[in-house]
Amino acid sequence: MRPVRSALAGALFVALTLAGCSQSSSAPPPAVDSSAGFPVTVEAGNGPVVVPKRPERIVSLSPSATESLFAIGAGPQVLAADDQSDYPAEAPTSELSGFKPNMEAILNRKPDLVVVANDIDNVVAELGKVGVPVLLEPAVTTFDEAYDQITDLGAATGNSDGAAGLAGRMRKRLDEITAAAPKDAKLTYYHELDTTPYSVTSDTFLGQIYGLFGMTNIADEAPDPAGGYPKLSAEFVAQADPDLVFLADTKCCAQSRDTLAKRPGWSKLSAVKNDRVILLDDDIASRWGPRVIDLAEQIGDAVQKVAG
Amino acid sequence: MPPHRLEGRGPRPGPPVSPGDAASGSPPSADTDLRVTTNAGMDPGIGTDIETTTNAAPDAGTSVSTDTGANVGTGTAGKGGARGRQAARLSPLVALAAMGVLLASMLAGLLVGAADIAPTSVMLQLLDWLPFVSVDSGLAPIELGLLAELRLPRVLLAAIVGGLLAIAGAGYQGVFRNPLADPYLLGAAAGAGLTTTAAIVFIGGDVESIGIPAAAFTGAVGGVLLAYALGSAAGRGGGTATLVLAGVAVTSFLTAVQTFLQQLKVEELQRVYSWILGDVGGGWSQVTLVVPYAVVSVVVMLFHGRLLDVLSVGDDEAVTLGLNAARVRLVVLLAASLATAAAVAVSGLIGFVGIVVPHVVRRLAGSSYRIVLPVSLIGGAAFLVLADLIARTVLAPAELPIGVVTAFVGAPFFVAVLRVTRRAET
Repeated sequence: MRPVRSALAGALFVALTLAGCSQSSSAPPPAVDSSAGFPVTVEAGNGPVVVPKRPERIVSLSPSATESLFAIGAGPQVLAADDQSDYPAEAPTSELSGFKPNMEAILNRKPDLVVVANDIDNVVAELGKVGVPVLLEPAVTTFDEAYDQITDLGAATGNSDGAAGLAGRMRKRLDEITAAAPKDAKLTYYHELDTTPYSVTSDTFLGQIYGLFGMTNIADEAPDPAGGYPKLSAEFVAQADPDLVFLADTKCCAQSRDTLAKRPGWSKLSAVKNDRVILLDDDIASRWGPRVIDLAEQIGDAVQKVAG
Repeated sequence: MPPHRLEGRGPRPGPPVSPGDAASGSPPSADTDLRVTTNAGMDPGIGTDIETTTNAAPDAGTSVSTDTGANVGTGTAGKGGARGRQAARLSPLVALAAMGVLLASMLAGLLVGAADIAPTSVMLQLLDWLPFVSVDSGLAPIELGLLAELRLPRVLLAAIVGGLLAIAGAGYQGVFRNPLADPYLLGAAAGAGLTTTAAIVFIGGDVESIGIPAAAFTGAVGGVLLAYALGSAAGRGGGTATLVLAGVAVTSFLTAVQTFLQQLKVEELQRVYSWILGDVGGGWSQVTLVVPYAVVSVVVMLFHGRLLDVLSVGDDEAVTLGLNAARVRLVVLLAASLATAAAVAVSGLIGFVGIVVPHVVRRLAGSSYRIVLPVSLIGGAAFLVLADLIARTVLAPAELPIGVVTAFVGAPFFVAVLRVTRRAET
């Protein structure tokens, strides 16, 4: 009988201990967002994240998040940014990589908040194990999501006022831009991601920005299996002869109206002949931070120039 | 009676090695009557009938006949002899049929495309381009430019690259006597991938037009030379086996370095990947880049068809027949590698063509290299033109990478040919 008795005693002991543990941690964290006080719970891409106190050592592995953080006034709290974060100029770019996150390198900086755009190599779970709050803010598909992310960053860093102000300014500017541009111009456009050529369809966030101005994307004729970023046929683009050409490969691949004219079969494009080739900044056209409104402005100006 | 002479090193005017030549006399020193009929170890079912008849002193009396399988040498000395089941020479009919297939596929490639141009207008325009013919095709200037600057060079480049890869593959298979040899065996693809990645990562900008072809060509040639140097340094006795191992080692190493470089600048990953998947849409500039190398390598290889047949008998036997095996291998390897490097420089790493097309040609037309080399050239060209046609029409106006299509199309086609010809043989 002795083994059974000791087993029962052991089970009772474990049960009491567990009950005691759950007792002490059963107090729920305050679920109400509070711009004045911490801790705060933020709803990010990886679910609800609790930020216990105002972070002063933020590591940002997302260039878009870096731009947003600085724009909402959290710049002084940012300790390190990844190697692709080149805007604003005062961003503390480091050798940390957002595409191949090195856990030890990140933890070496003793961050109290990490912001990432992709959950690569299980970085979110790993950081969670060590107790570092991590916000997963992935690429957005609508403007509302972009504003939400800015609001989240504001709440998580104690800059809710700055975030609200920024989001408000962005909304206002966007409304002004879309109001000023003529909507019934019925223009066709081609957005180039790289020289292969890869383009974007209207299903993507970029495509939606163009859609605000009532333009038709020639890449929409690509069938669904080609995805949101189809590799277009050069002769199709030549025949479709879009009214406007937007180049987003100006920084990486030095593309311009002249290089376009040199491509086989494209020298007679009306966009090339009438100087309707718009050079976009690769980064502005691929991030979803505050500068996305700059992109909308550039597009709006181009539409006005052609249609207005 | 002149003694039976075992051939040593060094080239010499070899004895005539085809039935046709037997009648036309030979160096007076030829003194063996060899009748060799072998199944040249390609794979079961592919036989290489080689008839090597040297003008003999009538009673030299050495008749060597090594038979396996169903090949039966009848052992008659002298000229001609049993033909075997497969021809050893390219018959005009086969050549014409192959050319016909190629021309038909090129025409199809010109008539169809992502841009909506009426095929009849295209035909009229093609006629108009013929000298002394003047026809009004009614094409708009943009469509005319599209045809002349995009579609025509694309079809031509696909044909040239396909032909180069196929003939290079056939050459490699002949040199290594291995059915699994393909043009990328000795590190051409790995070398080209490395230098192209380096060009994109370190130079950047608008490298696509001239920088990448030059980088890829240098890399491909460098990879092969590295493998050859490594294989030769490993010792003379190894032969082709050592060379293959050296190729594997070089490929692994260069691929590892390329992967490392890719990680250095992750935002260029898409560009590197696009290049690796292959693309024949480079335009006339790429066509003019590749043509000189294509002409040189193809001419050299076509001249070595007969010698590859002799080589397939085996090293020792080939040496006995007056062939400097090492030199023939080197020349064919160099020519095939030049062809591969030129193809890879202008079109990326297109796989499957170099290994499948020679096999299909062997099944359909015969396994003598005098047939396989030229027919692979033409067949490979047709294959890639058709693959490119599919790549740019199946998801039009979007395109599939051509490497994906060659794999999808090549595999079932190869299986079908295997089954059809196996049925015919049994």
